[in-house]
Amino acid sequence: MAIEILMPALSPTMEEGTLAKWLVKEGDTVKSGQIIAEIETDKATMEFEAVDEGVVGRLLVAEGTANVKVNTAIAVLVDAGESLDARAAPAPKAAAPVTAAVVAAPLKAPMAITSKASADWPEGTPMKTMTVREALREAMAEEMRDNPNVMLMGEEVGQYQGAYKISQGLLDEFGPKRIVDTPITEMGFTGIAVGAAWGGLNPIVEFMTFNFALQAIDHILNSAAKTNYMSGGQLGCPIVFRGANGAAARVGAQHSQDFTAWYAAIPGLKVVMPYSAADAKGLLKQAIRDPNPVIFLENEIMYGKSFEVPDIADFTIPFGKAKIWREGTDVTIVSFGIGMTYALEAANLLAADGISAEVIDLRTLRPIDYDTVLASVMKTNRCVTVEEGFPVGSIGDHLASTIMQRAFDYLDAPVVTCTGKDVPMPYAANLEKLALITAAEVVAAVKSVCYR
Amino acid sequence: MAAKKSPEKSNVSKDDLLKYYREMLLIRRFEEKAGQLYGMGLIGGFCHLYIGQEAVVVGLEACTKEGDKRITSYRDHGHMLACGMGAKGVMAELTGRSGGYSRGKGGSMHMFSREKHFYGGHGIVGAQVPLGAGLAFADKYKGNDNVTFAYFGDGAANQGQVYETYNMAELWALPVIFVIENNHYAMGTSQARSTKSETLFGRGLAYGIPGEQVDGMDVLAVQAAGAKAVAHCRAGNGPYILEMMTYRYRGHSMSDPAKYRTREEVQKMKDEKDAIEHVRDLLLNAGLASEDDLKTIDKDIKDIVNESAEFAKESPEPELSELYTNIYA
Repeated sequence: MAIEILMPALSPTMEEGTLAKWLVKEGDTVKSGQIIAEIETDKATMEFEAVDEGVVGRLLVAEGTANVKVNTAIAVLVDAGESLDARAAPAPKAAAPVTAAVVAAPLKAPMAITSKASADWPEGTPMKTMTVREALREAMAEEMRDNPNVMLMGEEVGQYQGAYKISQGLLDEFGPKRIVDTPITEMGFTGIAVGAAWGGLNPIVEFMTFNFALQAIDHILNSAAKTNYMSGGQLGCPIVFRGANGAAARVGAQHSQDFTAWYAAIPGLKVVMPYSAADAKGLLKQAIRDPNPVIFLENEIMYGKSFEVPDIADFTIPFGKAKIWREGTDVTIVSFGIGMTYALEAANLLAADGISAEVIDLRTLRPIDYDTVLASVMKTNRCVTVEEGFPVGSIGDHLASTIMQRAFDYLDAPVVTCTGKDVPMPYAANLEKLALITAAEVVAAVKSVCYR
Repeated sequence: MAAKKSPEKSNVSKDDLLKYYREMLLIRRFEEKAGQLYGMGLIGGFCHLYIGQEAVVVGLEACTKEGDKRITSYRDHGHMLACGMGAKGVMAELTGRSGGYSRGKGGSMHMFSREKHFYGGHGIVGAQVPLGAGLAFADKYKGNDNVTFAYFGDGAANQGQVYETYNMAELWALPVIFVIENNHYAMGTSQARSTKSETLFGRGLAYGIPGEQVDGMDVLAVQAAGAKAVAHCRAGNGPYILEMMTYRYRGHSMSDPAKYRTREEVQKMKDEKDAIEHVRDLLLNAGLASEDDLKTIDKDIKDIVNESAEFAKESPEPELSELYTNIYA
């Protein structure tokens, strides 16, 4: 039976090529795997092998012919002894490709948006005072007591008791099998932790700071975040990556970067940045239980700050639910993490000037509680965002764009984004102070949107 | 090639030889068909064929037991077939159809099977090495005696994360077998142009990991070395390195003009070292199978491969709603 030889696609992007040279002539016997032609693609001249065996019945395209479309019949093979004219067999037909219709997301009507923000614990719950550091430690210890597959891995988490003392005492309670000191080898131990999560564990990976996670970001993005999708839902990755993020004090450019917007851009990750100790505890417990990779961004300056934490046996906070720290009517200030320090301080200063600011802590950056932000902006008609990260492609940029698309008619002023300055972090004390966001800058931004 | 040969007088059974023949032939015919479908435009993007290297996975899979895990690079079709994943599901993933192992969302380089303990299919060169050690970490943590096979090439062997992993795998005595499939070319760069190291397994010695070079074109030699490595790992002695000296007949990917090696070099390997011909000769010369017996196997394999191709063409593309599924578990 005659077989048509088709012009092959020899690269991912090839649509046509030049049939540079035939290495067989009509009447020749061809074996499977024999090189029969040279084909010039957009990249290179390639040898083209026969797949089937037979006798060359016809060469349909002369050598030297340019712009031969992929899948054009270029020759016909017949069985030995078969007539050269017997070219009855049609080319194998490919299933008709279905073209995906591109469906643009319709602009949502700016109406009926209800805030998701609500109390995290019932009124009258007994409270205890603890630092963010203690809250993080308590969250990990409680989850490790409940689930034997939860384990902590990182540099100096065990014997040293934690570079920032977050894991202090955990080695004593849980032993070296579950509190694993690693060599200084971020890419390697992050890959091992992701594999361990696929193997059935729930690892918590502590990065001494997220600056060092840059060495491991391939495994965070390409291995942890994308595999559930790439496997059609077979291989989820229950893992928490946590550690200090953003500027500490006087540690220079390589140790002072806020990566929130970077990670928040990646589908497949969840991204958390707590401000208070209660949020640190409730959100970290939630993160450890989540079946997905969670980026949990802490801040060195916040570790020692004390807050009231509910004294509840099993206290978690769901992701995607912002917290309204202060209700107001004139302007909405949206922040997260250490940015909340400046947002709340600014709100106090503004109150003295007679401006009532509503202050929202996003708490999770993926998912983001858009509804609480939009409901607030629809009430106050003004919005200022506050974060420590770089200005280009910031969380504030994303919020400003979302507010513009979904609540444009409610705005009485442009959304103003307050961020760190667009410079590597300087070491000199005065310059570092200038590079970071301040409450005074937030006050100035709010006054500008209030036209005061 | 200074690699170890199979024993002169092999005590391998007829059944085993027939099994190896069948499994290697399935991979070869499957890959030839995949190459054909690529040429027809039914398979897109990148497609890395395993033709020539079949003895490596078939020989090592013969050493596994239920619960053992495997993970590899983007040249993964052979590994999937060898561990028992269905040809239809693999081929349909290559064509990007809903019947594929990843429902069409992974492609040639990104397939997985929880059921068969196959953990991919990874497109970033070398990434599968720490990931594989992590699978072994989980087994050790849980206290079972399973082992993980982490396959990578001579190209990946120059990635830093491989050595970070060697260090921790030996430090923590992880039950992982590092299988270096040394096919001599990292895409188009020969080993001699990449490193002054004479062997690749030898680098593991610096971390305290034992290893050896094996004739990866000889499925019996592979099986024998694999059995030794598995025994080492299962006994809790930590990792082991097998450097499989092998050869890929086709280009690095479908768009490789292969100008970095001579046609004679490739032909010489096909003529003198072909893994399938080797087992075929063993079977025929020892009178363990007749030409007719082997023809029957050839036909069976051809049918399986043709059916997989038909399935891969007929399986529908994913529903458009699948765009937004499986982002989160």
